[in-house]
Amino acid sequence: MSMRLEINPIACTGHGLCADLLPELVEMDEWGYPIIGDQVPNHLAVHARRAVNACPTLALRLTRTRRQQEKS
Amino acid sequence: MNLDTTARRAPHGAQVSRLTAGWQDAGRAATLRQHAATYGLLPTISGRGGHSLLDEVAAARLTGRGGAGFPTGVKMRTVASKRGLRVVVANGMESEPASEKDQALLARAPHLVLDGISAAAEAVGANEAHLCLPRTRDWLIDSLLAAVAERQRAELDRVPVFVHDLPPNYVSSEETSLVHWLNGGEAKPTNTPPRPFERGVSKRPTLVDNVETLAHVALIARYGARWFREAGRADAAGTMLTTVSGAVAQPGVYEIEAGSGVGEVLAMAGADMASQSVLIGGYFGTWHDISEVARLPFTAAGLRLIGAAPGAAVLYVLPPGRCGLAEAARILSYLAGQGAQQCGPCIFGLPAIADDLAQLASARPEGDPIGRMQRRFGQIAGRGACRHPDGAVRMAESALRTFAADAHAHERRRTCLAAQRPRPYPPQSRTAQLDWR
Repeated sequence: MSMRLEINPIACTGHGLCADLLPELVEMDEWGYPIIGDQVPNHLAVHARRAVNACPTLALRLTRTRRQQEKS
Repeated sequence: MNLDTTARRAPHGAQVSRLTAGWQDAGRAATLRQHAATYGLLPTISGRGGHSLLDEVAAARLTGRGGAGFPTGVKMRTVASKRGLRVVVANGMESEPASEKDQALLARAPHLVLDGISAAAEAVGANEAHLCLPRTRDWLIDSLLAAVAERQRAELDRVPVFVHDLPPNYVSSEETSLVHWLNGGEAKPTNTPPRPFERGVSKRPTLVDNVETLAHVALIARYGARWFREAGRADAAGTMLTTVSGAVAQPGVYEIEAGSGVGEVLAMAGADMASQSVLIGGYFGTWHDISEVARLPFTAAGLRLIGAAPGAAVLYVLPPGRCGLAEAARILSYLAGQGAQQCGPCIFGLPAIADDLAQLASARPEGDPIGRMQRRFGQIAGRGACRHPDGAVRMAESALRTFAADAHAHERRRTCLAAQRPRPYPPQSRTAQLDWR
């Protein structure tokens, strides 16, 4: 089991809270939209959940996946 | 059956008349009577058993002709296996500006497409079907409405077909755009999953197929999988419609045997021997030296190694003396203006690289446009809800690679006379408001 952070690019409007709350996994592109490293290590799970809850447009989602079933 | 089913070896490559049988004599939409004279009537599915068509399409190894090249039999079986009544959507949007094959097919052989819709609908267990056309081609819409009415009078189809006119924007032809529009929304791509085969029109499992794909289904329903595979190769079966344009003596739509070489197709259309570069796959495609691709088969498998794909089977030959960077910049600007304005990387990223490439093309670079573009490519690709930004980036990358020498000359502000020549398509205004509903 591992956690995965997913972004809905249509919902995202680039508020940038996720990058403030989770700089370990979220990088900003030059236009202020998040580039996300999708695998969430266990020690960052709490921070990742906080970032998900803070997103004003509900564009982030944390899902549990089995490693084998992940899409490329 | 009086259809010529064998591949004729033309002087250059193999041109085959299956979908195009009778195009020459008709010169306009074939009536139901003319259509039946060429192909015979569609065998009733019940007589053959609905499942046998699914098997035949799978055995024919037909792949989607809209650009993605997914195995049609797999898609049909998946939709047929879902619970509840299904829906069929025929995609006749052809928003790729360098492609003309779908409108050529619909304009001349509407009943072949409608046969395919009918056969596919019965085979997957659909009780309604929709044909999506761009509203800018109103003459085509009138023609298809007349063909549908003709079939209703003859009581030919058990599944009703509805003809729709959609906004003609580039991303509106994406399958999720069609489903979203048919469900009352804007013709813009939506997030996936769910894909239409899972939950599509009216939340029902929906088969979305390109109109040429469905026309092939109509022929497979008549003549079978073995016949279909008589043309083509093991990894690319049947025939395909292809659009060749640019520096060729006879631009237009050709029906070729799948697996024909790129060079053979170019020779068929009489490509200018002095031309050096070709855009493979259209605006969503990639630029290449003709010498690099001439011997390769014009198939997904044959072109994969060089990072190319036939897409909607488009070849555009860059006229000798015209600047490839300027062409690529114009295309990129068009694509940037055609986005659905939904995802950040597309809203901001595509105009940014379009500006970079335009600066480079005009030989008036500010800073280091090549380096800037290379960095931005990595920030844009793969980050949209649909593949629009990915395709635009791929086209731009290929231009920098294929026209590398030009790019470096332009970067050093060496004036390029070719870049100032008249352009084959009008430049697109990026600020134009697009209609999405």
